[in-house]
Amino acid sequence: MESPSINIAVRGLLSRWGWVLVTGLMAVFILFAPLDRFLTAPAGMDRHIRIEASMFQFSPGEVKVNAGDRVTVELVSTDVVHGFSLDGYAFELNADPGQTATGTFVADQSGVFRFRCSVACGNLHPFMMGKLKVGSNLLLVRGIALGLLAVVAALWSSRGPSLKKPGVTP
Amino acid sequence: MTRLDLTRFSWVRFVLRSRWPQFLLRAITLAGFVFTILAGLFGSVVGSHNFAIIFVWIAWWTALKLIFTPLGGRSWCSICPIPMPGEWLQNGGMLQPGGKGIGLGKRWPKALRGNWLQAGGFLLVGLFGALTLTSARVTAFLLLGILLLALVLSLIFERRSFCNNLCPIGGFTGLYAQAGPVEVRVKDTDVCAAHAEKTCYDACPWGQYPLALKSSTNCGLCMECLRVCPSDNIAVNLRPWGSDLGPKTKHRLDEAFLGLVMLASALVDSAVFLGPWGQLKLAAYGIGSQAWLVYSGIFLVFALGVLPGLYTAAVWASGKFSTVKSSLRKNLARYSQVLVPLGLMAWIAFTVSFAFAKVAAILPVLSDPLGWGWNLFGLTGTAGVGQSTAFSMMIQVLLLVVGLFWSSQVARRISQSARQATPMIAFLGVFSLGMLWLLIG
Repeated sequence: MESPSINIAVRGLLSRWGWVLVTGLMAVFILFAPLDRFLTAPAGMDRHIRIEASMFQFSPGEVKVNAGDRVTVELVSTDVVHGFSLDGYAFELNADPGQTATGTFVADQSGVFRFRCSVACGNLHPFMMGKLKVGSNLLLVRGIALGLLAVVAALWSSRGPSLKKPGVTP
Repeated sequence: MTRLDLTRFSWVRFVLRSRWPQFLLRAITLAGFVFTILAGLFGSVVGSHNFAIIFVWIAWWTALKLIFTPLGGRSWCSICPIPMPGEWLQNGGMLQPGGKGIGLGKRWPKALRGNWLQAGGFLLVGLFGALTLTSARVTAFLLLGILLLALVLSLIFERRSFCNNLCPIGGFTGLYAQAGPVEVRVKDTDVCAAHAEKTCYDACPWGQYPLALKSSTNCGLCMECLRVCPSDNIAVNLRPWGSDLGPKTKHRLDEAFLGLVMLASALVDSAVFLGPWGQLKLAAYGIGSQAWLVYSGIFLVFALGVLPGLYTAAVWASGKFSTVKSSLRKNLARYSQVLVPLGLMAWIAFTVSFAFAKVAAILPVLSDPLGWGWNLFGLTGTAGVGQSTAFSMMIQVLLLVVGLFWSSQVARRISQSARQATPMIAFLGVFSLGMLWLLIG
């Protein structure tokens, strides 16, 4: 037989901190749920993308491909030497002025990846970047779901009238 | 709420009461500040090879947002070198007040008190940031200008008028110090009430009276009150984060304005510096050009019109669900607290992008601080391109989610009902979504 005082203590703890437990478990589920298994990705195909680099922008600045695509990047520099370094992938190109550099990689990781100029090209060089979107941006979906969970948790954790004395503020 | 008074530990009390540790730290930061100006003026024009750019905008700016403010509130202000020369002249001594100081000691004009000018300074940072962050010369002239301005103002006005009313960084750290886990408070209010001389107020460079401190916004953690209190009645507390936020604290309209400017700046900086829009970067960089004028106009309309408009609409709608009549102006001020946690987290999330991608540039620039081809520590040329990782992006998401949770909780606590808090939470949600999209979308 459990003692009534232990039951009361457990209930008290759950009543006070239950929202932390439930929210934490749901947050872990949202973060790590294998959502990609429910998505049917189209078969990988060959993509040829021409990107012009000039001080201090890539054109196009955003590129979208499907997961599994074999992507060939043709980097063209229109002014000074520019580089192309892709976050998350060991892929880098350098193009001399007026020249073209070409390289191929397989987009085997889903998500959003920034590509940056990897050759110092002027003052705004550190911020010369673009985005490669591979498949669905599940991190954004997870972020939105976590945001909704955060709002619910905030209301739950401070449930009950906060300002019991109307007139203190309104 | 639980507090841990750090002065209970004798070695902590010794370190805080002695002027030497703080003086030495400030001397180091002042030396670094002067060296930064020299590096900016005479070093390489290539930003990534110049100490001024890397140490101000990568190392210090990152440390301020990731360490000093979230872990220590206004702790940076306690070792900031900018007010030092003026303070020495005001005090008539370097280590401690000695003899007659120099200065007119006038009071700061009442109409200019508060966060208004600090918010304006932050808007200027947004308008000229793309140039300032990338040009070592401009950075050097900016730092030199701030140093001279602080010096001149300290000779005209009393105490730290520059820090309290003008410094944009002071505005940033002061606003978010409300969420920080450190505070200076009195131990026993009766002891202060019985003490007629108020030595703590006389000694405080910030013009604060510790007995009246309800918020850490204007306390620069300089520890002068601790040093001069004859009754050892000053506590330096570790406290739960966000202790200054809630239904019992008072807030002003200028805090709301500053909080909104901070939110707008976080969004615009994310778009300019982390976005894929080259034309936007060029517009922000081309000071004086037609594109820059358009950029400035849009930025100002967004920071002074759109975001405050949305905030005002949310506050107005919240007021409609209240059972007690209160003016819109009062509600705008009161709800300013909800801007603090999310704003702080948004700035940290924005900074994480730089911390991961650019931190590798710090060590090489120590080896060749002026970009003159030196290799003092054998580290020149070791900086890679740097990149965001899946881990850093996940951290950014979590930071924004924590900020949204925290701000929503504050909104609920200062509202009579969940329904009343809903419009404010909707405003916070829209901002969070925008920031999320800019950072990882």
